[in-house]
Amino acid sequence: MANAKTPLLEMRKIKKDFFGNQVLTDINLTLAEGEVLGLCGENGAGKSTLMKILFGMDVIRQTGGYEGEILLNGEKVQFNTPFDALAAGIGMVHQEFSLIPGFTATENILLNREPKKRNVISEVFGDRLDTLDYNEMTGRAEAAISKMGFSIDKNMVISEMPVGHKQFTEIARELSKDRLKLLILDEPTAVLTEKEAEALLASIRSMSEQGIAVIFITHRLQEILAVCNRVVVMRDGFVISDVPAENTTVQEISKWMVGRNVETAAKLDIRDHSAAKTIMSIKRLWVDMPGETVRDVSLDVKEGEILGIGGLAGQGKLGIPNGVMGLYEAGGTVEFDGKQIPLNSPRKCLDASLAFVSEDRRGVGLLLDETLEWNIAFPAMQVQEKFLKTYLGGLVKWRDEKAIRDVTERYIEELAIKCTGSKQKAKELSGGNQQKICLAKAFALEPKFLFVSEPTRGIDVGAKALVLEALRRFNRESGVTVVMISSELEELRSICDRIAIVSGGRIAGIRPASDPSEDFGMLMVSMVK
Amino acid sequence: MKKENKVLGFLRDNTVPIMFIVICAVCIPISGFSASYLMNEIVTRMGRNIFLILALLIPIMSGMGLNFGMTLGAMAGEIALIFVSDWQIWGIPGVVLAMILSIPISIVLGAFCGKILNMAKGREMITSYIISFFMNGIYQLIVLYMMGSIIPIRHFSVKLPRGYGIRNTVSLLNMRQCLDNLLAVRVAGVKIPVLTFLIIALLCLFIVWFRRTKLGQDMRAVGQDMNVARDAGINVERTRIISIVMSTVLAGFGMVIYLQNMGNIATYSSHSQIGMFCIAALLVGGASVDRASIGNVFLGVVLFHTMFIVAPKAGAQITGDSMIGEYFRVFVSYAVITLALVMYETKKRKHKSLMAQQLQQEQKEASAS
Repeated sequence: MANAKTPLLEMRKIKKDFFGNQVLTDINLTLAEGEVLGLCGENGAGKSTLMKILFGMDVIRQTGGYEGEILLNGEKVQFNTPFDALAAGIGMVHQEFSLIPGFTATENILLNREPKKRNVISEVFGDRLDTLDYNEMTGRAEAAISKMGFSIDKNMVISEMPVGHKQFTEIARELSKDRLKLLILDEPTAVLTEKEAEALLASIRSMSEQGIAVIFITHRLQEILAVCNRVVVMRDGFVISDVPAENTTVQEISKWMVGRNVETAAKLDIRDHSAAKTIMSIKRLWVDMPGETVRDVSLDVKEGEILGIGGLAGQGKLGIPNGVMGLYEAGGTVEFDGKQIPLNSPRKCLDASLAFVSEDRRGVGLLLDETLEWNIAFPAMQVQEKFLKTYLGGLVKWRDEKAIRDVTERYIEELAIKCTGSKQKAKELSGGNQQKICLAKAFALEPKFLFVSEPTRGIDVGAKALVLEALRRFNRESGVTVVMISSELEELRSICDRIAIVSGGRIAGIRPASDPSEDFGMLMVSMVK
Repeated sequence: MKKENKVLGFLRDNTVPIMFIVICAVCIPISGFSASYLMNEIVTRMGRNIFLILALLIPIMSGMGLNFGMTLGAMAGEIALIFVSDWQIWGIPGVVLAMILSIPISIVLGAFCGKILNMAKGREMITSYIISFFMNGIYQLIVLYMMGSIIPIRHFSVKLPRGYGIRNTVSLLNMRQCLDNLLAVRVAGVKIPVLTFLIIALLCLFIVWFRRTKLGQDMRAVGQDMNVARDAGINVERTRIISIVMSTVLAGFGMVIYLQNMGNIATYSSHSQIGMFCIAALLVGGASVDRASIGNVFLGVVLFHTMFIVAPKAGAQITGDSMIGEYFRVFVSYAVITLALVMYETKKRKHKSLMAQQLQQEQKEASAS
């Protein structure tokens, strides 16, 4: 910006780490009044963390705060809670709706800020017994809705609204705050239809004309180009580029988003399995996994390959393994090794020699309060009756403690699991080591086919390499087909033979891992819903 | 087709009340009671019970379910009445004094209950039920051992002959129906306790008004989504405690009204079943765990008590054994609660799988076109 005025917002040298894991490094950002800033980057690039810092979310303070300074109108500010940020005129629309389902749009827009009227009883018992001023509420809600420039029914109950209107209700709620100067929109168009998204863009423009600055986070790059003055691309905790929107293109942005500085990561021994037989054939799969909906996916997996499934968060890549393995309601057909696998029944999948390492380590993956031995041996014991000694012709089955200890110790050694011994409790391990236990558990089943979902989420670089190496060995040495789901494209490229990209709940394309990153980046945003 | 669905939907949503209407319709002629007797009984019991049941509405509004916290209020009301009858203050002044005395006790008990329920979010119903058992123990300790020894109780008609503790039954003969009889009107042989109904009407008005206050709005918000309410800056914990305290205070008043109608206190058992019966009556009126209206209260009281009156007689007429009816009414109140809880769960599940059906439908349509 050429003018000499102090910018509305200035972030200087923002740094943040989560327990030694650097997620933001020297972020500098300025924003003028009425400016629309597009913020993009892959998952884990640090966008959300940056916004959380700006909005004073509790999680930042609980994890040791941040370094650097934030200036609002040239004055240094420090927000300890979102309420401080709100008081300073910053509003945020989160990805998850924060609405009361049984209230009308008006009631939600003015939630806890309702205009009140005093009465006799409230004079005695305090102002919480003031009655609500419904006329005034209607008036303010109308004003906020007209400010937004998209009309929603202010008397409609939220639970009866289409998703898009819920999103607009949230935006109207922020706009109804008098002091609003800066609005953060975190992927607001993710749930909107095309028409609604256009309306949102129009309303962003009108907000900007009224002097409200907007930070717009989205994966739909064309929207950024359509509405923003400036584009900031983040990757791995750095700002990669900060350019005026008219000087860039979708291709350029997606290249900035995925491209690594070190391009050596691509895998060396990619194998072509196109001649191998199809071991799993998924046809017309739909999965109702909240936030990861899968629509009409058909996919063939070849025997012996490592297939990667990538895509942006919330596009449905996690829904595929969870649906096939029967953890969420699903429909369509799945054929494995020539036989049809019934959906919605996890046991049948396990019986058919499929295994699944869930992305939900603590919830689904581990028995947190049990020993490592139990964790590793439990599924094999339950599903395949391994590690059991039978007496009296199978009437009595006892655990074979020795076999269990042996197998646990073998995996502790093979996967370099850091622990005090095979009897340690799973919850006492670090995230990376817990992940290795999850893998060991799946390996102990000796499956023919393995789904691994987000195996490196939340673990450090060293552990990452070990986990990936273990998976690669498991595939190459035992010939097990592996399907790996990950949000990190470079990770997929470093281990997979082929990569399928999921976008908008559908398969956008399947390419060999040797294709350039930009191509995958384009696929990722191609059908984003 | 669409109309048919609507009828089916109505039937499904109102299964419990409809079932009770059918039971009553079958039992009334069999029992052979006269219409005026039946009306008299029902009107009396409405006056007796409605206030207590209305006390349940506020916790439901703030999402704390069918709350047995009211049992604590009932205990407060009983203690207040024991004092009043010890002091030999009868009639309307006695009733009013008892209500006033019950307030501080209800507030203390309610705040305690609310604090514990804040630690057991989502399990309020069972937690409050167990709290009511625990408080019953403390109540017995106070009434059986401390009253007369530590807490001064003088009158012989209240105290046990051994010198401390309260008698099994405390007579409220001099207070009996004093509210009900003041301004009572007889219409076609049916006595209508106008004053009691006026008080009830006032409470109903209060509840309607309360829903429109800031606190009422906050309670509704907290009831529907605690996290969203907290994000908006509402003090969730405090709001929930206030809601329970309001419920126990109202239940304390309700218990005083209930007992002045009965004319005696069964010191060690009056409160123990009251929570169960009030909840059952509310459910019979078509309420659910998360939604209840004043209309549900009135319908529930009429249906539940009609069944209470006619079922023993009808049972006796059919089987010759009056115990069967007695058995039946206890059985039914538990069954109603169970049924209502099961239906609430199934409805929630059904709602959840709706999204899956929609997805399936979408895909079918896409492949057809």
